[in-house]
Amino acid sequence: MDRPPYRVLVVDDEADFLETLVRRLERRQVEAVGVPGGREALEALAERPFDVVVLDVRMPGMDGLEVLKAIKTRWPLVEVILLTGHASVESGLQGMQLGAFDYVMKPCKLTDLLPKIELAYERKCLREKTTR
Amino acid sequence: MEDKYGNLRLKLLASMLSFSLVPLFIVGLSLYHQFDRAYTTRVQENLRALVEDRRHALDLFFDERISQLYTVAHTHSFDELCTQTTLQQVFDLMQRRSKYYVDLGVIDEKGNHVAYAGPYALKGVNYRDAEWFQSVLLHGIYVSDVFLGVRQFPHFIIAVLRREGDRYWILRATINTDLFESMVKAAQAGEFGDAFLVNEKNLLQTSSRFVGRPMEAPPIPAQPRFNGSRLMTLDIGQRTMLVGAVWLHNVPWMLVVMEDPQEEFLPVLQTRSLALILLAAGVAVVVLGAVFVVNLMIGQLQEADRQKALLDADLMQTSKMAALGRLAAGIAHEINNPLAVIQEKAGWIQDLLEEEDVQGSENFKEFEAAVTKIQQHVDRARNVTHRLLGFARRMEPVQHPVNMNKLVEETLTFLENEARHRNIQITKELEDNMPDVLSDGAQLQQVILNVVNNAIDAVEKDGRVHIKTRYDKDLQHVLVEISDTGPGIPSELLDKIFDPFFTTKKLGSGTGLGLSICHSIMTKLGGRIEARNGPQGGAVFVLSVPVQHHASVSVG
Repeated sequence: MDRPPYRVLVVDDEADFLETLVRRLERRQVEAVGVPGGREALEALAERPFDVVVLDVRMPGMDGLEVLKAIKTRWPLVEVILLTGHASVESGLQGMQLGAFDYVMKPCKLTDLLPKIELAYERKCLREKTTR
Repeated sequence: MEDKYGNLRLKLLASMLSFSLVPLFIVGLSLYHQFDRAYTTRVQENLRALVEDRRHALDLFFDERISQLYTVAHTHSFDELCTQTTLQQVFDLMQRRSKYYVDLGVIDEKGNHVAYAGPYALKGVNYRDAEWFQSVLLHGIYVSDVFLGVRQFPHFIIAVLRREGDRYWILRATINTDLFESMVKAAQAGEFGDAFLVNEKNLLQTSSRFVGRPMEAPPIPAQPRFNGSRLMTLDIGQRTMLVGAVWLHNVPWMLVVMEDPQEEFLPVLQTRSLALILLAAGVAVVVLGAVFVVNLMIGQLQEADRQKALLDADLMQTSKMAALGRLAAGIAHEINNPLAVIQEKAGWIQDLLEEEDVQGSENFKEFEAAVTKIQQHVDRARNVTHRLLGFARRMEPVQHPVNMNKLVEETLTFLENEARHRNIQITKELEDNMPDVLSDGAQLQQVILNVVNNAIDAVEKDGRVHIKTRYDKDLQHVLVEISDTGPGIPSELLDKIFDPFFTTKKLGSGTGLGLSICHSIMTKLGGRIEARNGPQGGAVFVLSVPVQHHASVSVG
């Protein structure tokens, strides 16, 4: 498997989950960075570019949807996949309306998540081409 | 519940009746009383006037008789009248105008009847010791009581004294009572009226209709002489009579007129019966009106209470489900996060197991099997939490495209365990390519859940529940048909099963609200729910949901 040419930022307050997911993504040749909160995610994005953000909706401090809004204003080309552990489809739907690429219900299998990340990256490439 | 309405009904009736009947009675009674009093006064005044009038006539009569004798006595000398022809002439003259003179006689100072004109041989009789003779000597004029005398015919005498120089004599006339009896009788009225004269010894002086013949004692108390007239109420025989009495001026007799109040008061009695009839009619109308109004009010109250109970039940059910939904969502969320960690860790172990050096380990197969099991059971737990979330999500009232087949499948997962325990087969026959319906999935799910649950309860054990979906193109309705192999619904109950509080379940195990809520939900969503019995027995429920309310929404 070739090393995919894209970078993924994983945002989740659950440290165990974050660490393991990042490690498993890296094992699949995805360059992944994990941050424990929304503020840190924005800082990371400001530091260096990411292609796809996997974002937990429910987090202490900055809420996932707020983070999504901030990302979409500042880096409109970055694709976001929402992770929801909560009942609310409408937070998922709302997220979609705010420009998220997709949403995934926790707990999810990596085999389900990975194709979505790849699709998101493809769409990002497509949109970059059309905007340029 | 019924008792509460009964009490209220009684209270309302009692207050309405007392507020309307009491014034009615007061007005009726006081009017009647006023009328009665006025009329009684009038009857009494009439009687008084009658008595006074008769008294006047009788007084005049006696006055005239006395005056006549007095005139005769003073226009003739003793010697003249002692001549038989002169006396007979005077008597004839008097009788020519007044037939009631029986005889006329002249009595000298020694009491000898010296001259007499009349039908009897009374000349020569001596009256010196008679009571009347002494009285006339004393008073100048004398009127006797009525007596029957030797002829057994009621009459009385009038005697006047004439002084002529130093001697005196008496002119005496006997008079029939016929005339003044008829004058007295003129005052008697009605069927039971009576009029008569009594003397100072309370003996009848004229014949009466009911209380006796002359010289007998009437059944009225003796009245000592009084001035003016007097009214009394006396019990005579079996009747209560109104009695008017007055003493005559010229003779010591009392005129008594009796009237039957029953006759006199006939108008009052008629008025009373009319008033009673009117009162009874009024009471009947008031009672009927009160009953009618109260029934109307109670009916409306009951209806309102029933509506409220329905609404409350609906509201309670909704809020119960909402609370349950929130609870389920909270639990699912709390479980999902650890589940996610477990999933990732197991995935990490699986990743590591793929490395070569580990694959050589003797327990490699065991590790791999264990990790796979962990993943499987995380999946299982995830199914539960996601189902809970799906359930919670549907508590929010929305209008979304609903895939009816998916909804049915999802709903059935709630009931599959229960059905399996009772060995009930749930079979599905879902039509492909049905359009989505624009509706409230949560509410639809509640209805389906309820109906399928009822079907499972009806089958009880070892049977089948069949669910079929179908799209009706003409109606643009999606139909869900749920049939079971239970006992079916007795035909007489078919039109009652959607009524609130109707239940066939054991007391305490069902609220009887399930199907009525289903019915109201389906109606709200523009759909229908119908029940019938299947051809092979068992109940069939058909839900129909309109595909959409507005044409602009495309579904898929």
